Amino acid sequence: MPLMEVKNLEMTYTDEDVATPVLRGLSFKINRGEFVTVMGPSGSGKSTLLHILGLLERQSGGEYFFGGKQTGEYSEDEIAKLRNKKLGFVFQSFNLLPRTTVLENVKLPLLYSGIKEELWNAMAHKAIDAVGLSHRLDFEPSQLSGGEKQRVAIARALVNNPEVIFADEPTGNLDSKSGEVVMDIIQKLHNEMGHTVILITHETYTAEYAERIIRLRDGVVESDTKVLNRRTNKLFQK
Amino acid sequence: MPFHHTARIALAGLKTNKTRSALTTLGIIIGVTAIIMVVSLGQGAKDLILSQIEGLGARVIGIIPGRQPKGPTDVLATLTASLKERDFIALQRKENVPHAQDVIPLVFGSETAYYDGQTYRLTIFGGNEAMADIYDAYPEPGRTITIDDVRGGADVVILGKTAADELSQGQSLLGERIKIKGRNFLVIGILPEKGAGSLINFDETAFMPYTTAQRYIFGIKYYNRIIVRADSEENVTATVEDVKATLRELHGITDPDKDDFGIETQADLLKTVGTVLSTLTVFLAMVAAISLVVGGVGIMNIMLVSVTDRTREIGLRKALGATNRNILTQFLLEAIILTGIGGIVGILLGAGLSFAVSLVISNVFGLAWIFTFPVGAAFLGIVISTVVGLIFGLYPARKAAAKSPIEALRYE
Repeated sequence: MPLMEVKNLEMTYTDEDVATPVLRGLSFKINRGEFVTVMGPSGSGKSTLLHILGLLERQSGGEYFFGGKQTGEYSEDEIAKLRNKKLGFVFQSFNLLPRTTVLENVKLPLLYSGIKEELWNAMAHKAIDAVGLSHRLDFEPSQLSGGEKQRVAIARALVNNPEVIFADEPTGNLDSKSGEVVMDIIQKLHNEMGHTVILITHETYTAEYAERIIRLRDGVVESDTKVLNRRTNKLFQK
Repeated sequence: MPFHHTARIALAGLKTNKTRSALTTLGIIIGVTAIIMVVSLGQGAKDLILSQIEGLGARVIGIIPGRQPKGPTDVLATLTASLKERDFIALQRKENVPHAQDVIPLVFGSETAYYDGQTYRLTIFGGNEAMADIYDAYPEPGRTITIDDVRGGADVVILGKTAADELSQGQSLLGERIKIKGRNFLVIGILPEKGAGSLINFDETAFMPYTTAQRYIFGIKYYNRIIVRADSEENVTATVEDVKATLRELHGITDPDKDDFGIETQADLLKTVGTVLSTLTVFLAMVAAISLVVGGVGIMNIMLVSVTDRTREIGLRKALGATNRNILTQFLLEAIILTGIGGIVGILLGAGLSFAVSLVISNVFGLAWIFTFPVGAAFLGIVISTVVGLIFGLYPARKAAAKSPIEALRYE
């Protein structure tokens, strides 16, 4: 059973009676433990697809099965719980809480998790350690570089040990060197920790960290290919 | 999610916007401070005034001349001269009013006194030998009015402290003669300073025999009051009835509605004045409470701005697993914490200011003003401000909870 499966997925936004179709019938499966990049020019619907796959938004047509179950059958609270336990998000613009320390930012998902508070510190420390920021625990976002901010965001996505990590243009706001560090960590999450990773990018260079690339154009799948020469970055590998 | 986690998130949210939070609370702080001050000062004023009425003594019964007004258009009925000498004599008889210990006819009015080129406008009280005891106004130095002074209509006067000082310009007036209405009066006593805040400002008065005052000062044959003092508190009610019966018989009145006199006891006065003052305090407190509603609107306004400002934060929290209820509770708690803190600060501030005012009043003005902490108003202040937070926080909180995570994350 695939972890995620979409059948004829459609998404149309309606604003003041003007319907704008963004996704026009996508079908594919993603298995547990895969590292998939979704590529496409801007306007191709890749962000919308990620939002639907990440249960941040509901599709307007077609079917989406997560863990074998129609997502339409989940209640709002169940979806909130899925986002909390099974999904982790990394955004292009980091979305860290200002004036809040690295440690507290990383703990944020735990607040909604129902996990005992005694365990929070250990879990947060482990996640922060995984992105190599243990020396920045008490820093606030304004004191961090862009690359470091994104690593905090990754630690936050990681802290609940989710099944899938969604990364929406994680390197889009970073210089190439910081971007490489971030991509290296994301790849490590997949290679070493076994997370399913779904990455969105428009850069071929970044896309090739993945095992598989789904290319979108005008709301349909243009191609779905395996990456033959996967990029690996040695920077962080032990 | 456990409640204390939500509370912690809400507190953290408020802490990251310290200035805004503080300014938002200000409306509530001012409102609660105003309520506490109004109630505390109102209580202080009430206690002070009531204690002065009590100072007259529970055994004192005042008889007022004239039919008592039954309505606002009935004022003229009071302007009568229905209390005369025969009433005074009748009330003194033991067979009429057995429990009357003292009976004092009173006449009063304002007149100008002259001494050595100085003038002073006095409030003149004409009474008898029992007057000093009832008002606790014993001259020092000097002597009280005697029964012989009253019988003979002696030209003697006892001056209040201020009156004496103003007329004499420093030297002692005891044994001197002052002129009132062209007649010379021997000063037989000076009252020690009583301070303001008595119902009657004794410092600016002159006491003299009522006979003298009637004859030479006011030129009247009636009394402005007759005061009866019962021999014990238990006998006050009986004495009131005896007084009524005596006067009705004397005046030929059969229908109590046609009484041409009124009776005032300390208990009546306490009740009337107490009710008036309490009503006034409640009214002022309600006016102050309106400012709490204004404060609540301020909270709602800022919370709405805050919800818009923090759209991304809300979206993020939802993306990380917060339910609608989590977000609703968080923003509602933020509002309630703001108003709750405002309530507590307002109570402390209001109590502190009331205490300061009570110190000023008692020390500068020399009044027996007692500071009271209004427990009821404080409790009410906390409850109202919290409810204000709940009501005015609900709309912004619902707005926050209703945001879709992706809309919230897209918001720039």
